[in-house]
Amino acid sequence: MVKSTSKDAQALFQSLRSAYAATPTNLKIIDLYVVFSIFTALIQVVYMAIVGSFPFNSFLSGVLSCIGTAVLAVCLRIQVNKENKEFKDLPPERAFADFVLCNLVLHLVIMNFLG
Amino acid sequence: MGMARNLGGFLVLFLAISICEAASIFQPISDSHRSAALELFSPTDGSFGSLEETYEALRTFEVLGIKKRPDISATSCQSVSETLGSSTSSLKDVFHALKVNSVLKCKVNDETFQGVAKRLKAVLNDASSLLDFYYSIGSLVLIKDQNSEVDVLRDADGIFRSIKALSQSDGRWRYSSNNPESSTYAAGLALEALAGTVSLASSEIDQSLIVTLKNDIVKLFDSIEKYDDGSFYFDEKLVDAREHQGPLSTTSSVVRGFTAFASVTSGSINVPGDKILGLAKFFLGIGIPGNSKDFFNQIDSLACLENNRVSVPLILSLPATVLSLTKKDQLKVKVNTVLGSSAPPLTVKLVRAFISGTKDSSVIESLELKFDPETAVHFLDVLPKSVDVGNYKFVFEIVLHDSEDKNVYATGGQTQVPVFVTGLIKIDNAEIAVLDSDHGSVETQKKLDLAGENAVSLSANHLQKLRLSFLLATPRGNIFKPHQAFLKLRHETKVEHIFVVGNSGKQFEIILDFLGLVEKFFYLSGRYDIELTVGDAVMENSFLRAVGHVELDLPEAPEKAPRPPPLAVDPSSRYGPKAEITHIFRAPEKRPPQELSLAFLGLTLLPLVGFLIGLLRIGVNLKNFPTSAVPATFALLFHLGIAAVLLLYVLFWLKLDLFITLKALCFLGTFLMFVGHRILSHLASTSAKLKSA
Repeated sequence: MVKSTSKDAQALFQSLRSAYAATPTNLKIIDLYVVFSIFTALIQVVYMAIVGSFPFNSFLSGVLSCIGTAVLAVCLRIQVNKENKEFKDLPPERAFADFVLCNLVLHLVIMNFLG
Repeated sequence: MGMARNLGGFLVLFLAISICEAASIFQPISDSHRSAALELFSPTDGSFGSLEETYEALRTFEVLGIKKRPDISATSCQSVSETLGSSTSSLKDVFHALKVNSVLKCKVNDETFQGVAKRLKAVLNDASSLLDFYYSIGSLVLIKDQNSEVDVLRDADGIFRSIKALSQSDGRWRYSSNNPESSTYAAGLALEALAGTVSLASSEIDQSLIVTLKNDIVKLFDSIEKYDDGSFYFDEKLVDAREHQGPLSTTSSVVRGFTAFASVTSGSINVPGDKILGLAKFFLGIGIPGNSKDFFNQIDSLACLENNRVSVPLILSLPATVLSLTKKDQLKVKVNTVLGSSAPPLTVKLVRAFISGTKDSSVIESLELKFDPETAVHFLDVLPKSVDVGNYKFVFEIVLHDSEDKNVYATGGQTQVPVFVTGLIKIDNAEIAVLDSDHGSVETQKKLDLAGENAVSLSANHLQKLRLSFLLATPRGNIFKPHQAFLKLRHETKVEHIFVVGNSGKQFEIILDFLGLVEKFFYLSGRYDIELTVGDAVMENSFLRAVGHVELDLPEAPEKAPRPPPLAVDPSSRYGPKAEITHIFRAPEKRPPQELSLAFLGLTLLPLVGFLIGLLRIGVNLKNFPTSAVPATFALLFHLGIAAVLLLYVLFWLKLDLFITLKALCFLGTFLMFVGHRILSHLASTSAKLKSA
């Protein structure tokens, strides 16, 4: 049983990986960016858990900066993905411009809040 | 203790006396003027400064008879001969040099005098302004006094007329014919110059000229002004900032001119002696001036008045205007000339005396004062019985023995002088008692000795009364009513109550009914210190004395009873430093060790590294980067723009404020929009082409 489950899991991962390998490179980049942001946020949360949340606004802005940019990246991914028929008419360049603009606005607020 | 308490009353007395003395009578020049003169005129580096200042100092010393004057002859004489020897020195300097020489008698040779006289006569021939006439004639008179060989003026009449031509119809003078403003000060200068002309004249001046000039003087004296205390003075009517002279210098200029003119002419000048006495009073009334110019004007004018031909003012003064009945002080009166020299034989009459404030009832009528020739003091042995303690106005009159003197001296009729008669007040029958309210029977009674220390101790409750009574009698045995008679009760808590002690006929008495005062006392039971104040300006033994204390037993305060007022705050504490405020700062939060924070900083960089490695693994490339020049530039600018905005954010975090950041962001954002739009639309069009192809 045990073997089969691990085998199944291996098989599952295999299929996942092969399926993911088919993903276009630009989407992979965005995925990587999302993972990078989430990990950065996680490290800050761990830091907070260890030493306390004293400059609370700094902590918040740091974490929210990461989460916010990750969310924006996910949005970008949705819009850029060709599978999504919903955004078929939207050129990816336009989506990228939105992403840049939103990031700039987000970080202006973050910097203001950073203290 | 007793001394200190008496001090209060004494101060009141002293103050009252000093105030009244300031407003009273005129004292002739005395030694205080002499010491002030030596202080005011003190030479620096062996001279008094200019020749004018030197003359003022020398003249003041001469008039005051100060022999021990500072030795300045060496430097001053050198300056005199330099001024006289030089042909370019101004008229004014020559005039003052000659004046200095008239006092110092420097060695100046005859040729110098002749030269100066020749120059002065030349000036005189075509002089047109009053100052030219004044200085040149004044100088010639001085030369004539110092060196008799100088000849006299030929055309005195002509010069007299030219000076007279500058006079105005009201007796004042103009400085020059083209200056329409007339001045009283100039009138004084003109009179002095005219007097000089008369004394220099070779023949008699036309008498009609002298007569018109005498009329001018009378007119000038019509414009004299008066103070309430009987002093007269001249003042400039026109206030011209350039030429303006104060009342003191104006008056002294007129006095100098008037006395000089009177001394060179014969016949009477119709100026009343009162006005001349008033002028003397004006100069004496200013006391001791603080600056040397005023001091000189005062002393010089008084010297002119002392010897003037019209009438010599006599000044009546009292060495003391406070007379003690108890010490049997004599009323002393001095009569002197303004400079303090002795008067001709005369009698001083005390015409009347009355209590100030009540004009009609006079206490003395017509008394003659005796004369003590040794001290030159007129005195009254004993004050009449009718004079008791109080403030009086004494009216004196000077009667000259020799009827000829009446034409020479101005006595000014009656002189009114405020005089304080003081004395020890006798305090009798002083007693303090506690009475029962209902019957009025005496519960306890204590005698008081208000001249000495007392320490009575009484006790009373709210149904009783406290009575304090005493009698005050003057040395003459009359009832005395002081200005102040207060009783003060002070509770242990420093709450004070002050009552005025009234008098019923002979007796001073106050009855405190505690039943009516309970509320006023704020229901405060306990020990009250009693203090009695009796004071008056003419009471020599005014006092503020602790009598003792009373133990009061008052009922409990009802709920709505008024609270005692807060104690008066000590002014030194009110204006003193406030208690220091110590600021409490929030304790700083505990910070983690620096190593840990740095480690986590490194950790946060790890995902970035992972991201980059991931990018490499995926096989990212920049093949899509535009190759042609224009889009490549735009792409580059686009990335630089984003980098610039991020850099701006970092600066915003580090030092900039929101406004500067937003302004900069405005420009950067527009730029970014532009290049972003260009590059992205370029990319979109190329990808669209690819698709369609």
